Parts: sequence; C-alpha cells; structure tokens
Amino acid sequence: MNAIRTIGANTLVAVERLGSASLFLLNAVRGMPVAVSRFSLLVQQLYAIGVLTLLIIVVAGLFVGMVLGLQGYNTLVDFGAESSLGLVVALSLTRELGPVLAALLFAGRAGSALTAEIGLMKATEQLNALEMMAVNPMVRVIAPRLLAGIIAVPLLSAIFTAVGVLGGYLVGVGQLGVDSGVYWSAMQDGVDVYEDILNGVIKSVVFGFVVTWIAVFEGYDAEPTSEGVSRATTRTVVTASLAVLGLDYVLTAIMFGEV
Amino acid sequence: MQRKSIEIWVGLFVLAGIAALLMLALKVGNLNSAGGSGGFTITARFDNIGGLTVKAPVSLAGVRIGRVTDIRVARDDYRAEVEMQISSEYDNLPEDTSASILTAGLLGAQYIGLEPGGEEIFLQNGDQIYLTQSAVVLEQLIGQMLFSKAAGEE
Repeated sequence: MNAIRTIGANTLVAVERLGSASLFLLNAVRGMPVAVSRFSLLVQQLYAIGVLTLLIIVVAGLFVGMVLGLQGYNTLVDFGAESSLGLVVALSLTRELGPVLAALLFAGRAGSALTAEIGLMKATEQLNALEMMAVNPMVRVIAPRLLAGIIAVPLLSAIFTAVGVLGGYLVGVGQLGVDSGVYWSAMQDGVDVYEDILNGVIKSVVFGFVVTWIAVFEGYDAEPTSEGVSRATTRTVVTASLAVLGLDYVLTAIMFGEV
Repeated sequence: MQRKSIEIWVGLFVLAGIAALLMLALKVGNLNSAGGSGGFTITARFDNIGGLTVKAPVSLAGVRIGRVTDIRVARDDYRAEVEMQISSEYDNLPEDTSASILTAGLLGAQYIGLEPGGEEIFLQNGDQIYLTQSAVVLEQLIGQMLFSKAAGEE
C-alpha cells in the first residue's frame, strides 16, 4: 500500500512541477518584449552565457572533428572510399554532433551557472528585494537569460560545426593525405543547405530554448539554501542533458525519418 | 569601459556565429553551386541509369559544369529521362554532345560525363542529348561473364 502511495505522491509532484514550469515559462515569455527593449540586459547575458562558453565549444569542436576525421578515415579506407571523408565528417557534424554536443556543453558550462546564479539570488533574497522595489524579476532577471540562451546556442552550435569541419580537414587532409579538393567537393555534393544545415540550426534553437528554460526554472524553483542550490544545479545538468538527447531523437525522426 | 568591452565581445561572438553559419552554407553546403539561378536545362534518355541520383554532378572533361535536377521514366518509350542543369557559362556545348553515366572509382557515386561533339550548333535550354551510354551495372557484367564462360566450355 505504501509503495502505491509513493508512486502516487511522486506523480503528483512531477505533474505539479511540470505545471509550475509551464506557468513560469508563460510569465517569462510575457516579459520578453520588455527584455528586448532593455537591450543592455540582453547583451550582458549574451556575454555571460555565450562569449564565456566560446572557448570550450571551439576546443571541443576541434577535437571532435579531428576524431571524426581519424576514425572516419580508418573505416573508409578499408572500402577504398576515403574520398567520402569530407561528407562523413560534415554530415555527422551538421545533423547530429554539432547541435547535440554544443547543447550538452552549454548545459554543463552555462546552464549550471544560470541555475546557481538564480538560486543564490533567491537564497540571498535578492529576488524578493526586486519585487519589493516593484521590479518584476521575471522581466528583469529571467526573460533576458532565456532570450540570450535561445540566441546563443544556435550560434555556438554553428561555430562548433564549422570548427569541427576544419578539424576533420586538419587530420584528413593535413595528416592522412586525403586530397583537399576531394574533401570539400564530396562535402558539397552531399550536404544540402536546407535539409542538413537548416535542420541542424532548427535543432539547436530548440535545444537552446529547452536547456535555458530548465536552467532558469531550476534556479527559480530551488530551495533557498546552499544545499538546495547545489541540488538544483545538479538537476539542471542531468535533466537538460537527458532532454537534449531525448528531443534529438524525436526531432531526427521528424526531420529525417520519412524515408 | 567595462560595459564597452562586454559589448565588443558580444558583437564579436555574434559575428563569429554568423560567419560560421555562412561558412556552413557556402563552403560545406552547396548554396553557391546548386542555385537555380543562371543556367539552362537539358535532358538525356538512358536505357539504364544504374545508381544515378538527383544532385549527382555533371562533368565535362572532369570539370563539374552542372548537376542532375530530375530523374523520371519517359512515358513514350519507357527509358529513363534525366534532366540536368548546366551552368550558363557553358552554353557552347555542340548539339552532338554525348552523355554517359560513369562511376567515380570502383564503387563510388555515379555521375554524368559529357563528351563534346563537333557540330557548330550549340545546345539550347530544353534540348535533348541523343547520344547516350547507360550505366555499367556490375551484376549484368558478372552475369554475362558467367554466361559466356559456360557457353565457351561446351
């Protein structure tokens, strides 16, 4: 009997959190027009979550591209198809690895920071203080962060993909001796601007939205203690990563699944 | 000062992102060479196109001059009709140009190779190439080889 009660209680908690997350999102979206008009707030957040994430994105993209070049070459050379190396690297990066890995790195680097920052604001009663001064924290704090996340992740993902393609070039052409012209032309033959690149960008917009939403909500919803903030930060990284991977499957099935 | 440098960094970040997107669209994708802009279409009929696909390259003397835009079965003679778009700078292809379906490497992708003829009249938009050579289908070759070998042993 107790076990059934636990299941019921957990379900109720989950539904309640989902509901409050949706209401939270609604309020934040309502605050967006004001957030856009206060441009300096947005710029500040773009710096905090976009520019400061750039380094990890570039380094990770470079190495992922290099590994793809190396592994792809070793597999393809058995079939005498190393001329397709550029295509393999570019397709896997534009369709999957670019958006997904950039979003995972973003969740780890910027999402956790967002949750901790907002959670601490709540714990030190800064959010209450804002409300006391008749400043809506949804508009002043949450909306610019959400918007900055939606703008930053597609840009980061594009940079990740571009650097990855160059990394594959570095290993494939520079080290393993694939012809430079073949590397690019195989890529251009096989990669479609709309089907592959645009779909990748759409994916990364969705991921940016979801990861930032989870991060700011977890921070806003955190227990206002140091332990609560730390737990909320962990939850952000775990939930956001799982959400990205799960959504990626759904989006891939919708975009590429109709064959 | 503090705020100014933040704004500069954000500006650089946004520019880098847009530059990466542009690079993906132009260098990785095929936005510059695929374009429906500029170019004329010609068709050719083949008995068998093998594994030719839409967007496969069309090349002349190894130089890529266009791409396949459509493949369908002709209603009147049941052959494969391939429509290709040739970029407009190559408007001096002779009328008796021949087209063959070739394979890049032993197992590579298939493409159309054009071989210019000697006529003085050039191909126009909508014209058809009559001299064509079908794709080499590996299974048929092997079948023929086995057949001729069996015949030879008799």
